[in-house]
Order: sequence, then C-alpha cells, then structure tokens
Amino acid sequence: MDFFIQQFINGITLGGVYALIALGYTMVYGIIQLINFAHGEFFAAGGYMGVIILSWLAGQGFMQTHPWLCLGLSLALTMGYCALLAMAVEKVAYKPLRHSSRLAVLLSALGMSIFLQNGLMLTQGVYDKAYPTELVSGAVMLGGVRVSVMQIIILGVTASLLFGLNALVFKTRIGKAMRATAQDKVMASLAGINSNRVISMTFAIGAGLAAAAGIMVGLYYGSVRYDMGFVPGIKAFAAAVLGGIGNITGAMIGGFIIGMVEIMAAAYVPHGGEYKDVFAFIILIAVLYFMPTGIMGENVDDTRV
Amino acid sequence: MTLGSKRSWLLFLLGLGWFFVLLWPLLGIHPDGSLTFAETFEVWGYVSSVAVAVMLVYQLNKSGALEFVTTPLERVREKGARVYAMAPRWLWLAVLIGFALSYPMWTERYAQDVAVNVLIYICLGLGLNIVIGLCGLLDLGYIAFYGVGAYTYALLSVHFAIPFWLSLPVAAVLAAIAGCIIGYPTLRMRGDYLAIVTLGFGEIIRILLNNWMSLTNGPNGILGINAPGIWLPDFADGFTLEHLWLKQLDHIYYVILALAIFTIIAVRRLNFSRIGRAWEAIREDETAAELMGVNTFTLKLMAYASGAVFGGLAGAFFSARMRFVSPESFTFLESALVLAMVVLGGLGSIPGVILGALALIALPEIFREFELYRMLAFGGAMTLMMVVRPAGLIPAKRMGKRGEEAE
Repeated sequence: MDFFIQQFINGITLGGVYALIALGYTMVYGIIQLINFAHGEFFAAGGYMGVIILSWLAGQGFMQTHPWLCLGLSLALTMGYCALLAMAVEKVAYKPLRHSSRLAVLLSALGMSIFLQNGLMLTQGVYDKAYPTELVSGAVMLGGVRVSVMQIIILGVTASLLFGLNALVFKTRIGKAMRATAQDKVMASLAGINSNRVISMTFAIGAGLAAAAGIMVGLYYGSVRYDMGFVPGIKAFAAAVLGGIGNITGAMIGGFIIGMVEIMAAAYVPHGGEYKDVFAFIILIAVLYFMPTGIMGENVDDTRV
Repeated sequence: MTLGSKRSWLLFLLGLGWFFVLLWPLLGIHPDGSLTFAETFEVWGYVSSVAVAVMLVYQLNKSGALEFVTTPLERVREKGARVYAMAPRWLWLAVLIGFALSYPMWTERYAQDVAVNVLIYICLGLGLNIVIGLCGLLDLGYIAFYGVGAYTYALLSVHFAIPFWLSLPVAAVLAAIAGCIIGYPTLRMRGDYLAIVTLGFGEIIRILLNNWMSLTNGPNGILGINAPGIWLPDFADGFTLEHLWLKQLDHIYYVILALAIFTIIAVRRLNFSRIGRAWEAIREDETAAELMGVNTFTLKLMAYASGAVFGGLAGAFFSARMRFVSPESFTFLESALVLAMVVLGGLGSIPGVILGALALIALPEIFREFELYRMLAFGGAMTLMMVVRPAGLIPAKRMGKRGEEAE
C-alpha cells in the first residue's frame, strides 16, 4: 500500500508538470487552432534559464543565504524570459502566416522548434547541465511514504499557477478578451478587442507556464538537456487532447492522468519503465480514435478534427 | 528613392533589441557569478549586420532602386526558360541520365558518398510526397517506414543470410503493412491531429527498436549485414556466373540510382493514374471527393501503403550500404528533414522534391565547417520558407486551395 501511495504522489508530481505544459498548448489551440510545436522548446528554455540564473545566484553567494528568495526570483525571471521568447516566436513565425494554409503554419512551427532547440545546444552545449540542488534536498516521511521537499514545491507551485491562471482567464479583462477571441475572432475584434495583442498574451502566458514546468523538472531531476523539450511536449499535447483541446480544466485533468498512467505503468507493468513513453502516445491515439473531442471538450467543430 | 517607412525601421530596431534581450542571458550570465557582455555583442553584431543588410536590400528592391539588376536578371531567366522549352524533353533527360550514370567515374569517394545520401533522400522524399503532397495527409512519422525497411533487411541478412534482392520486396511489403497499421486508425483524423498521431506512431516504433533487445539488439544496433551481391557472367572458362559483393561505393551507387529511378517513374505513373487523381481530389477537398464517389477509405490507406513502400526500399538499401543499423538513424529529426525536403521543393512536385533533397543534403556538405550550425539554419530556413514562399521552390502544377483555409 505504501508503495502505491508513493507512486501516486510521484504520479501527481509528474502530472502537475505535464498539466502546466499542456495549458500552453490548449490555450494557443483554443485561440488560433494551431499546434504550437515550439511549445516544448519553451519548456526546455525555461529549464535552462532556471539553471543559468540559479547557478549565477549560487556563484554570487545568494543561494546560501536566501535560498527561497532565489528560487522565487529565478522562477519569476525564467517565466518572464520565456514569455518574451514566445512573443518573439509568435511575431516571427506565426503572425505572418495567420491567413495561410494550416500546413504552412505547422511546418513553420516545426522549423521554429528545431531552431530553438539548436540555439539552446549552440549556446549551452550538448551535455547535461546540472542544477545546484543542495537547498531542496530534504524529504518528509509520512508513515512509510517519502515525500521530497522538491515534490512539495512542485505541487505548491503547480497548484498556485493553476489557480492563478484560472483567475486570470475567468476574472480579469484580458481573460475575458481571450475567451471572446477564442469564441469568434472576427466578432471579438469588431467589439474592440485587439486580437493580435490577445494572441501575443496567450503565447506569453502559455510559455510562462511551460517555463515554470521546465525549471521544476530541472530541479526535480537535477539536470537539463537541450533536447529535453520534445518528448514532454508531445506528452503534454496528449494531455491537452485527452482533456479536450481548448479546454483549460480539461488540460489540467489530462496532464494529471498522463502523469499518473506513466508512473503507474513504470511501477506495475513488466518492462514498463523502458516503454513508459509509449503509454502516453497510445493514450493519445486511443483518445483521438474513440473520442476525438476528449473528456471535457464539446465545441470542436468537425472540420478541425 | 525612399528606404521604406520610418515605422518599418523602428519595428526592425525593436526586433533587434528584443533579440539582444533574449540572447544575452544565454551567453552573458556565468555560474561563477559574473556577468559579461562581450561575447553577446559579438554574436549579436554578426546577426544584426546580416539582418540590416537583408533589410536594406529588401527595402531597396521594394522602392525600385535595384531595377538595374533585377530587370536584366529577369531577362536572362526568360531566355533560359525559352532555351529549355526549345530542346525536346528527351534530350534533357538523356543529358541528366548520362550525368547520373557517369558520375562515379569522374568523382572522388567523398562526392559519391554525398550522392548516395542524396539519392536515398530522393527515394524517401518521393515516398513521403505521395502521402503528403498528393493525398494531403500530414505524416510526421514517415521515418518509421524507413526503419521498418532497414531492420527487415538487417534481420533477414543476419539471421537467415537472405540476399539483398530477395529482401527488397519483403522490406517493401512489410513497410506497406506498417503503413496500413499506422494509416488505419488515423483515417478519421485530419490536419493537425493526424500530424501529431503519426508523430506518436513514429516515436513508438523508435522506442520499440530501442528497447526490444531480443529482436533488435536495442541501442547497440545490428552489425554484420551483407552487402548486395550480383552474379556476373564470366566467359574466361566457358560460361560461368561469378558472384560479386557490391561493397565498393561506386558499385553500390548504381543500386541506389536504380532504386531512385524506379521510385521517380513509379511516383510519376501513380501521380497521373486514376489513383493519383483521386488522391489529389482527397487533398483538395475530402468531403467533396467522397461525395463524388471516391472511396476515401481505401485510397487513403493506399496512399500510406505506397508511400511506405518507397520508404521501406530506401531503408533496405540504407542497411545494406551501412552494413549496420541502430535506432539512432530513425529519429523524429529525420522525419522532419524529409518533410522539409518535400515542402522546400514544392508539395506534390517530383522535380521539386529532387531539388529539395539536393538542397538539404548536398548544400550543407559544401559548408562543412559550419556543421554545428546546420540544424539551426535548417530550422530557421524552414520557418523562413513558409513565411516567404509556402508553395516551395518548384510548385506542382495542379495544386488548389482548400475551402476551409480560404477564410
């Protein structure tokens, strides 16, 4: 039983990370019906920016004196950086293609993904980069279950970001504008909403969340790699589809399901660890085959599927 | 003569500033607690001077100041096109085939190596061209069929010593079956969803190759694959057949040349057959095609299967040539590379795909010293291409615009 609870907690931790990445996919898809292939790269860039800032702070000696402040600062700076990056990518690769074929946009996104990945590789090197993790190494024992401080941080950050996003989308003016644009772009712009700015904001927010996920994955596993964005990106997309693409709550649920399935498969299925990536893909294919609108989705019109 | 509006230059400068902000943290923050600017300014300086030059040329061209260059160039191009149209088509083909056949006789080993690579990618590109260019099904897992073909020959050769020529049809059939397996569940999906599912399938196959130790030897790959062999008539001692392993590069070049020519002819014949027209109908408007009596179910499966066949053939050749296969060769990046070729050259256009393969395989060889920047440039070029010329270098003649995209 302890083993199961342990795996359950691991699953929730991983699921939270997937949920954060999936939100970016789902929000962008909801507004401009584009699979942002470069989204996984924002996650990787977040991981790298986190290690750069934290190492610098450690080099300055701040990490030893104010660890929690440093963690918060690096999280904020990383999210801001990735938001700027995403806005630049949107301007360069997606905005000029707003009215061309879907294939063109998809390929442009693919090109951007390869570009960013190699940009990271060229500036940061091909090898893994280690996080200064000594400050978050502790663990709490609950009965026979070991919950590391890092897991608690991930869960806390994930939960607060999810609540924050929910508030942003449903309580603020920009959230209202986003929902209106997602519903009908032409009508929204007729009503005085600057749809270009809304799209830009959506990219920025999505990338910020992915960056937060990146920094936490980096802290959790202790290192980052330039090509770490690809597989989590696809899994997060699977999560977004599972939850019903375009639906924010759905993306969160989908993320937790994918994370849970992956951990449970690795723990209970023979050879599951080796094939754990396969399960997310199989879920993706099965969901698209049997219920293309996902768990929570309803308003995906037929031509899009 | 004006150099564009003030606004466009202002936006341009803003963009450069933005780029600096994005670049500096990656290069200027060091783990020892220091901040530097020199390196960032150097990289940024290179990039921005190129960008300024491009912007200047663009603005000059727009304002008409470059007409003294563009007008004569246009005239030369027109003249060239006229000369090309004057000579009969078979003459050009004969020249081309003559060039291809004589190629190993006057080139070095290195150039032959590049040519073999280009020909492999021509086969792959044309195979993918059936799926995406003709039928309009965006397939991001195409390299899986290449992998199936490569492993089929590798396993047949290592375990059963079956010769290359016998394995070739087996590889093609297995790849076609894999194509149907991947194609079947995706038939209901379109566009982006299809892309992501095929990507998932491609990854599944790669993970299988990587982890199924007993069959594929995992990441270590399979060694000791036989080269293709041929029987040559030998008249020295009456009439006997002499067996010859095609291990030399200039011999094996002809094998892939034959495969590539076979692929080109087959794809061309398919394109102008009833099936090809039906594929194009599906690409242009699936619903309308179905209403007009096109059996979209079988035809889409057929597109997957026949696209996969050429991938499988190229894969079998690949393992025969390298005499070694490992999952490393079948990553998503390879799929993206083949896709980029098809798109860069022009969807649905055979000369376009050939040009795309040449551009993406042969050109980087010329800039060998910039090897590191190859994929960076490739990704950037892909995006740039989509922004400035989404139809590709040599667009197909028959290509429409989908109704749902016209909005």
